[in-house]
Amino acid sequence: MKKVNKATRKNFLTYALVIAAYGVLQSMVSSGSISSAMKGMLVPICAYVVMAVSLNLTVGVLGELSLGHAGFMSVGAFTGVTAAMALKGIVASAPLRLLIGMVVGAGFAAIAGVLIGIPVMRLKGDYLAIVTLAFGEIIKSIVTNLYVGVDENGLHLSMLTNKLDLGEGGRMIINGPMGITTIEKISTFTAGFLLVMVTLIIVFNLVNSRSGRAIMAIRDNRIAAESVGINITRYRMTAFVISAALAGAAGTLFAMNFSTIIASKFDFNTSILVLVFVVLGGLGNMLGSIIAAAALTILPEALRGFADYRMLIYAVILIIVMLTTNNKAVGDLLQKLLPGKKEEEESHG
Amino acid sequence: MTTLINYLLSGISLGSVYAIIALGYTMVYGIAKMLNFAHGDVIMVGAYICFFATSRYHLPPLLGVLGAMAVCTVLGILVERLAYKPLRSAPSLAVLITAIGVSYLLQNGAQLLWTPNPKVFSPIVGNGRVTLLDGQVSVSHVALVTIASCVVIMLGLTWFTSKTKMGKAMRACSEDKGAAQLMGINVNRTISVTFAIGSALAALAGVLLCSAYPTLVPTTGSMPGIKAFTAAVFGGIGSIPGAMLGGILLGVIEIFAKAYISTQLSDAVVFAVLIIVLLVKPTGLLGKQINEKV
Amino acid sequence: MAEKKTFQRGKLAPVPSGAVIPERDLDKHPILECRRLGIDFGGLHAVQDFNLTIGRTEIAGLIGPNGAGKTTVFNLLTKVYQPTRGTILLDGMDTSGKTTEQINRMGIARTFQNIRLFNNLSVEDNVKIGLHNQEPYSLADAIFRLPRYWRQEKTAHERAMELLSIFDMQDLADHRAGSLPYGAQRRLEIVRALATNPSLLLLDEPAAGMNPSETTELMENIVKIRDTFQIAVMLIEHDMNLVMGICEGICVLNFGQVIAKGSPEDIQANPAVIEAYLGRKKEK
Repeated sequence: MKKVNKATRKNFLTYALVIAAYGVLQSMVSSGSISSAMKGMLVPICAYVVMAVSLNLTVGVLGELSLGHAGFMSVGAFTGVTAAMALKGIVASAPLRLLIGMVVGAGFAAIAGVLIGIPVMRLKGDYLAIVTLAFGEIIKSIVTNLYVGVDENGLHLSMLTNKLDLGEGGRMIINGPMGITTIEKISTFTAGFLLVMVTLIIVFNLVNSRSGRAIMAIRDNRIAAESVGINITRYRMTAFVISAALAGAAGTLFAMNFSTIIASKFDFNTSILVLVFVVLGGLGNMLGSIIAAAALTILPEALRGFADYRMLIYAVILIIVMLTTNNKAVGDLLQKLLPGKKEEEESHG
Repeated sequence: MTTLINYLLSGISLGSVYAIIALGYTMVYGIAKMLNFAHGDVIMVGAYICFFATSRYHLPPLLGVLGAMAVCTVLGILVERLAYKPLRSAPSLAVLITAIGVSYLLQNGAQLLWTPNPKVFSPIVGNGRVTLLDGQVSVSHVALVTIASCVVIMLGLTWFTSKTKMGKAMRACSEDKGAAQLMGINVNRTISVTFAIGSALAALAGVLLCSAYPTLVPTTGSMPGIKAFTAAVFGGIGSIPGAMLGGILLGVIEIFAKAYISTQLSDAVVFAVLIIVLLVKPTGLLGKQINEKV
Repeated sequence: MAEKKTFQRGKLAPVPSGAVIPERDLDKHPILECRRLGIDFGGLHAVQDFNLTIGRTEIAGLIGPNGAGKTTVFNLLTKVYQPTRGTILLDGMDTSGKTTEQINRMGIARTFQNIRLFNNLSVEDNVKIGLHNQEPYSLADAIFRLPRYWRQEKTAHERAMELLSIFDMQDLADHRAGSLPYGAQRRLEIVRALATNPSLLLLDEPAAGMNPSETTELMENIVKIRDTFQIAVMLIEHDMNLVMGICEGICVLNFGQVIAKGSPEDIQANPAVIEAYLGRKKEK
């Protein structure tokens, strides 16, 4: 018989590690002992960590495969940046504008989550997965053809062609396929760190509650969950929408780290990238997701020395890790080939 | 009226390509119960092989196509043996991620071998068109060949799965691998053959696709791959006639959406239709409804 | 726990549906009444004309050969399947149009023939999931860790331990449910069902896969559960020692139809039942 680890201890370990990592990196930033390439990646890493943890809520805790998580990131990025840009001149403090942007981004992503969740939650398994993929692509198409501008009369919106008739002093925010080109880069590493912490608190507190248990019950055995009086639709929706909202906030954080952002940045490949973080980190294992997201975001950068071969190496590493962690024979073989090198394996649970 | 027919023909032609790719997805899913995300990239490899055979080595087009199919067959079997077979009993997500890894590998391998610069693919059957009804309806030779190949493949596969020993073994494996094994069916060989057939079809689809849309880059296979996957689900994943029907419908819807709604939003329309179909028929048009026994 | 009262196996009284219920339940509403219940799968009448009454503190048995439709009856009662015909009254209330989840809240809890636990969760969490509707703090209470969260989690923990103690399973609380031995999994399923605070407990082959001494212990425990919680229990079982040993009323099903109802003694002597189980005697 296998004992289940007390979840609380691991949660505190996760918080502690995240805080420690922030402390170390922040002091490296202020002492200037970090490369500028690495420094530029700090905010994207935070955004991907939030993406991974939030997707793990859907895939690991709820047990449904989502292939369109980047869609929510996109909704959050474009609505959040729009809000933050529209408020320039009204709200003076940049961190406050970022915060409002993230809340707006999360809110719109949550709305998108509800709208998408209503049809998606009627399906199961691979069919559910393909519908999330479809929604991701639909969001990408819509945002690519969206034009938004602001003038003294407020926000203006049009689809497909730029029909905005902005007044004196008005400015374009979202410019169709060109995306947003004049973003004020107000995302900071500290903001990213705080968002990661908030995400962890929300996810851990959700998982260790009656709602979280209900969600995991549905994952483990839907029929049994129904038979003990759990409202299946409600809890599947809860998990899905929270996951979407967090991805939305991550989208705002991510977008406000760059001066330009386009809709095709948040495509199917981004969804898959985040899914890779989740699966490599272990389903339901939030610490694993954080480590995988950070490591795999840095990896292509670390492989820069290999220039053209880096994505090839990335692919090979991905396949080898999957084979070693999921096939005993291959794992043993690799252990023999690499004596002294210990495989760090996160338990899948 | 004639414009409508023209659109319909080009829709069926595009749909035939999707259908041929979707067959590979659906057959592999039916037997190995895995979503082979690398399938779209096999298309791209097939197109490159044919491109080099015909443009660089000046082989006749037919040899180019056969060569591409042969290379992709070997590639499909190799990928299955090396990457998927060791994961036969692993959770399906692990297999999915591995397939994604293979997809990255093929794309980036192609980029290294053949550079990211676009290649201009010359159609395998020339650029001629057949005109009907006093020139009002015209259809390219490529489209005709595509539609014809699709019909031949459909008939061939139906015959193969219902009449041959290997075809029956495939159907048995897709129902219940354990029971099939007890009946003396070599499950590993059957899965290999499925991958081989799927990959050969993907190579053919790649050649046909690039004959119609001649720009060839290492990511050429991704979007048609995703659409064909959608088509397979649309028709009911695991069902061969379903993949055919799904592919053709998807092509027709895409062309009509481009013509009558908006070019930029055509993909959104295609995916929206998919969602609506799945809401009405949660297992696709021709998919089987499986109820869990309580 | 509620005051303990031990019910003796008393006299039985016939009721209009043809069944018998303990005389001690006569002056109260029956907990369950099925009237002409039926379901068709395609053209097959899987269950038809099923009439049954169960008293508030009765232990009732549903028996019959394999494929007779016993589990289908449970699936109808819990609305896993919607009945084609007939009515089910639970505590006098009509259950038509209700979902499985609502049925559980109305007071029916069940176990499954092929065990359905939440395998990746701990034993304690499995029971706490059963307590889901008893500790109804909100999502906000949980995320902000408000006092209500701590208070209700504490009661949930205590209640879960108390329920596990029925089968002496407190020590297993931290184990993964899927890793328990078979018998313990069956017992955990019963505890989880009890946690939902039912008035009628449906047990689908609770003794399947248990050895004789485990079965004897289970029999005692089923009676103990009925006595402590003062609820009705209905069980499907192939082990005749168990059925005849603890059931007060028994209903025999064959080919989807009730062929006999009555006390254990009546059933054992009933020629139709013997025929259904052993086949017709060869005519000489």
